[in-house]
Amino acid sequence: MALPVDIEALDKAFSGIGVDEKSLISILTNSNEEHKISLRKGSSKLFIEDENGFERWDQSSIKILKHQFNRFRDAVVLSLLHPWERDARLIEKAIRKGPKHYNVIVEVACTRSSDQLLGARKAYHSLFHHSIEEHLTHIKGRERKLLVALVSAYRYEGTGVNEDVAKSEAQILYEAINNGDKNKLLDHEDAIMILATRSKQHLQALYRHYSQSYGKTLAQDLEGEGILKDTVECLCTPQTYFTRVLEAAVKEDADEESKRALTRVIVTQKEQLVQEGFVPNKIQDILLGLYKDFLLASIASGDIK
Amino acid sequence: MATIDVPEQVSVLADAEALRKACKGWGTDEKAIISVLGHRNAVQRKQIRLAYEDLYQEDLIKRLESELSGDFEKAVYRWVLDPADRDAVLANVAIKKLSPDHHVIVEISCTRSPEELLAVRRAYQARYKHSLEEDVAAHTKGDTRKLLVSLVSAFRYDGEEINTRVANSEAKILHEAVKDKEFNHEEIIRILSTRSKMQLMATFNRYRDDHGTTITKNLEGDSGDEFLKTLRATIRCLNDPKKYFEKVLRNSIRRVGTDEDALTRVIVTRAEKDLKDIKELYYKRNSVSLDQAVAKDTSGDYKALLLTLLGKED
Repeated sequence: MALPVDIEALDKAFSGIGVDEKSLISILTNSNEEHKISLRKGSSKLFIEDENGFERWDQSSIKILKHQFNRFRDAVVLSLLHPWERDARLIEKAIRKGPKHYNVIVEVACTRSSDQLLGARKAYHSLFHHSIEEHLTHIKGRERKLLVALVSAYRYEGTGVNEDVAKSEAQILYEAINNGDKNKLLDHEDAIMILATRSKQHLQALYRHYSQSYGKTLAQDLEGEGILKDTVECLCTPQTYFTRVLEAAVKEDADEESKRALTRVIVTQKEQLVQEGFVPNKIQDILLGLYKDFLLASIASGDIK
Repeated sequence: MATIDVPEQVSVLADAEALRKACKGWGTDEKAIISVLGHRNAVQRKQIRLAYEDLYQEDLIKRLESELSGDFEKAVYRWVLDPADRDAVLANVAIKKLSPDHHVIVEISCTRSPEELLAVRRAYQARYKHSLEEDVAAHTKGDTRKLLVSLVSAFRYDGEEINTRVANSEAKILHEAVKDKEFNHEEIIRILSTRSKMQLMATFNRYRDDHGTTITKNLEGDSGDEFLKTLRATIRCLNDPKKYFEKVLRNSIRRVGTDEDALTRVIVTRAEKDLKDIKELYYKRNSVSLDQAVAKDTSGDYKALLLTLLGKED
């Protein structure tokens, strides 16, 4: 349960007067999801009950934050938002910003659980009065088909894989990549169907069969294929994908977008990151101030369930 | 409006006992089964199943399956299931046929609300250990597959807002795609599977206003073309589901003998929704009531159940 003093601290933080950063960080990074839910429910100034079953951020509060915190703000907002709203906003922003950001759509669609993705779709309705699929219409490029298919998926999450089917579908993908026109991969109906409808277990089995049968991984064969490679990695070897994104984010010459990816990945993946042992040293060396405190605390609290 | 007639006071315990009595012993009291289950809504039927399980440590559905047979058994089975579970079963049956019943997939994905369709997808996974979309993808091909997978995967925005500019431009796109039979399937599929139902109705109306004829009329043609057939069913279901169901009923009754599958499916799935309105449409169109047509063409316990679901008084 969120203590009244926590809620008061939160309200004060966003009231524009001034903020006790340390206690704010402490509250946020020490909160598990249940605690955050009651924080949101208790902050009636900041969050509204949405009919789709989640606590939605009140628009005007975001503007206040913009003034105060900047990059720290990103981390705070991402961390505090209900995961459904967070993911819906990430997707909407990615659609708006264009092709360089489509990997975020892939990331959300492919690394969340089936129910989390459904939740994001519901939140999207509430926030933007359209379905994600509708907004993807704005994308004129050939990525659209794949993206629509990925966000529409409601993958089976149980065990039990038909190895024969996985093997034959690995072959279908191999042929699509190696015999066909690589430029037309995004139009290859069967490939898209396989990637967009099969369960993650099935795709991971397919990934194994691919390596065994052809001596190279499916990801290697998709080198240079942008979101197709991202798709396969996110579904089959997510830690590879996230490591890649994080490493790009902490490079010296990383651009603004890559840096934002650091916040996004750490906030959305912190439990997994702790398991994978992403080295906080890199962050300590290059980050500054509140932002650094917040990210380090997030990672540290990643073991708290 | 619904047609089933549910009493004000219901005791699920008494119902469970009555059903038990109807099944125990030699033979089965089908009339008792109809008179209980035929007058209970989905929530009550679920509670009865739970009560029955509690009292007798067995699954009511399994018991009914073993006691009954034929079209009657199929109808009872479908009626007793939760709506989402029922749709999952109907979808699976349609998919697994040698020649899949595409229109059933269209019906389920286009006439249920977005939330109901999500529930169907969940129920399908629970039952069949695959996602609905992967099974549809595995059993269909070509443009029909693209259309069906998109339809079952859709989670349409449920709001009332209409963008007239979009309705205008998409009516144009649809018209371009349809005339001269040069179908740009990608665009048709995109529009039909992503837009909200309100938006689509505005688009269809715009089409009709601009071209003096409905889009489905412009799609009439080769009945051998599976994609076209499926497309027409899609547009009909999205545009006016009651009219669509009236036609399915009319066709199923007219056939030599009766297409019991379609008859059962429509009556069972619409009895708690809009079967009353469909009956009115049927009467207007055929000058005979649906009750009469069903009574004439079916028999026995199957007939008795259907008539009960249609609202006939005992």
